[in-house]
Amino acid sequence: MSRVEIRVTITSDQDIVLARQKGRSLALELGFSSGDATLIATAISELARNIVSYARRGEIVVKDVQGSSRVGIAVTASDNGPGILDVGQALRDGFSTSGSLGLGLPGVRRLMDEFEIFSKPGQGTKVMVKKWRP
Amino acid sequence: MEVPILKQGQVLIATFQAALSDADLNQLRSALVQQVVRFRSRGVIVDVTAMDVMDSFASRTLREIAHMIRLRGAETVIVGIQPEVAFAMVQLGLTLEGVATALDLEEGLAYLNQKFKTMK
Repeated sequence: MSRVEIRVTITSDQDIVLARQKGRSLALELGFSSGDATLIATAISELARNIVSYARRGEIVVKDVQGSSRVGIAVTASDNGPGILDVGQALRDGFSTSGSLGLGLPGVRRLMDEFEIFSKPGQGTKVMVKKWRP
Repeated sequence: MEVPILKQGQVLIATFQAALSDADLNQLRSALVQQVVRFRSRGVIVDVTAMDVMDSFASRTLREIAHMIRLRGAETVIVGIQPEVAFAMVQLGLTLEGVATALDLEEGLAYLNQKFKTMK
């Protein structure tokens, strides 16, 4: 059951900054260290950037997650953009279709503890990541 | 938010005041390159102490700034990357390869002065 939920509509580069700042505040509120909050904020920044670059419009939702004996933070990035043709390929380092560094998704995976992605061509993309408080 | 650029002798110093958006970073890139040309600067210091997150776009822009300025015959050094930000960058796979970095403004200036001596 989550108690706090922050939603940020992503339509521009300004929203990327807003989303990561709100995510960092929530992470600190949930008791994450400042170092972990920076990892979470960096992951949010990359996910929001993918929305702006590939889908133009989408949403970032950040909320707390209560496990049986632990507390964590969950970030969901969703859009109705073009979707990803080959998800496996998008998760490999060095792959990009927009001329960016192509480190986005594998990097986000390394920054967080749990990573799930749902995407189909023409049906948008949803990335759900979690980090647990040590 | 525009990044102020200070001129100190042969060196330009750009200090981030807060988290920057992509547009701010692009603006900084053009402003720095223009001013390096205008003042015939030999060195540039970009102080990122106030940067909350260094994601792929920010890293790429800083690398571009350093490389463009090198093509003008000047040197760039990035200073003030916070330990937590550095940790996140490494996790993300961002290395700022080919770009000089230093601990803080003082070390950055020392680095550039050393470079100027060997360039003469």
